[in-house]
Amino acid sequence: MGLKTTLKVCLGTAFTVFAISATSVSAHAEGKMASPQLLVSNCFNCHGYMGDSAGVIDELSSLPERRIVKKMVDFKSGEKPSTIMSRIAKGYSDSEIEAMAKYLAAANAK
Amino acid sequence: MFTTSRRDFLRITGAAGALSALSLSGCQSKARVVVIGGGFGGATAAKYVKWFDPSIDVTLIDASKTYTTCPFSNLVLGGIRSLASITHNFDAQAGRGVNVVNDMVTGVDTAKQIVMTKGGAKIPYDRLIMSPGIDFKYDTIEGYDATVAEAIPHAWKAGTQTAILRQQLEAMPDGGTVIIAPPPNPFRCPPGPYERASMIAYYLKMAKPKSKLLILDSKDKFSKQGLFQEGWALHYKDIIEWVPASKDGKVRRVDAASKTFHTEFTAHKGDVLNYIPAQKAADIAFKAGLTNQLGWCPVHFQTFESTLVKNVHVIGDASIATKMPKSGNAANTQAKVCAAAVADLLNGREPGTPTTTNTCYSLITKDYGISVTAVYKQSDKGYMPVAGAGGLSPKGEGPEFRQLEAKYARGWYANIAQDIWG
Repeated sequence: MGLKTTLKVCLGTAFTVFAISATSVSAHAEGKMASPQLLVSNCFNCHGYMGDSAGVIDELSSLPERRIVKKMVDFKSGEKPSTIMSRIAKGYSDSEIEAMAKYLAAANAK
Repeated sequence: MFTTSRRDFLRITGAAGALSALSLSGCQSKARVVVIGGGFGGATAAKYVKWFDPSIDVTLIDASKTYTTCPFSNLVLGGIRSLASITHNFDAQAGRGVNVVNDMVTGVDTAKQIVMTKGGAKIPYDRLIMSPGIDFKYDTIEGYDATVAEAIPHAWKAGTQTAILRQQLEAMPDGGTVIIAPPPNPFRCPPGPYERASMIAYYLKMAKPKSKLLILDSKDKFSKQGLFQEGWALHYKDIIEWVPASKDGKVRRVDAASKTFHTEFTAHKGDVLNYIPAQKAADIAFKAGLTNQLGWCPVHFQTFESTLVKNVHVIGDASIATKMPKSGNAANTQAKVCAAAVADLLNGREPGTPTTTNTCYSLITKDYGISVTAVYKQSDKGYMPVAGAGGLSPKGEGPEFRQLEAKYARGWYANIAQDIWG
């Protein structure tokens, strides 16, 4: 992506940002998405390195991409009840969820 | 706009950084990253720099061969975990090709980019990641210092201090009084003193039910306050009493000989005293010139590179990460952002947009857990929680919900420990 294209995308995103308070940001406020590898590493502190849970908390390493996306989307909408995942899933955009699921499933399939 | 422009990228890396990245890619020598501190931030950074780029030469330096975690050390005080079960080593780092150096860092020559150790080693770096943790502002309290801490432990660095406090609790007669004095903001692990009160009360209720626990606070409010107080009312109504600063809670003097905490108007004598002093970044951060006038380390949020010293990154409790708390979990996710940025910078790439999370469980009983979580994104104001996400677990939930949160707290510990030291 060239610099001009990046700029256009950023400006486009900027228009969708309507209410950034002094204490929080919108889930869609980022101009450029973090790398999938960095995004997904934020799952490992609770789900274990590479999603390979030691138990108790759900294992992610054996899940196919679509299953991870479905779980996250359902947590986000509240369709799937949870103690904490709904609060976390709401912090991610749909494209971030897709990117994380794709990266993790592919990395664990190797 | 929250993306990094090319101009910003050049500002971040600096001309010298861009040149060194070019020269590195032009010859065969490996880029060198040195990490100071084997805790939640440092051990994660060492592992994840290798994860993001296995070709980087990574050295991890810690004065100790093991690391005992502050998270879950309150469970040791409550008698439901052993110290051994929360102590980890750096075998996983060594197994991933990290050079593990067991030595104490005595200084950093930030001009020559060399780390000096007590053992006489001089270790050069292209990028230095420091996760040094905290030290105490002993000069803000009369009658308390490192020597007194051997008799009246702070137990705010886990290990020997935790063991001393646990032994004192075991030796205390039934009907005794435990007094905890939490520190003023900002400090490591904001809910920690109140989880500690809960875990000690858990032990007292089982083993010494006539005893009391007094919290003499230097603040008027605290992290997860509503959830803690809900749990205390259910389980420790006759044991825990919290005295806020506005009701003369602030401890102004410690008299170690008579085991007394003095507030402005009252002398509180206890059987077991726990004084948690005001805090600042660890001493090595001051020596390296990384601290501001408040005693903490300002950083560029994109990379966690110090705003004061080039090529040195600061993560974890010592750094200023705006809305992110000083917690082990925050240090872990900051380390990942920093590791990715360092790998990018050393490869001449523009660092990615940071995203971090923090998940923090506290236990009120063995089977009663509470939590707070947030997803953070970098903005022009620093790390800010994403609106509509995160927050506290709800008040008024029944025992099933609380039991699940306690179960997930144990799951979190097992998995974050594996993420870092496994």
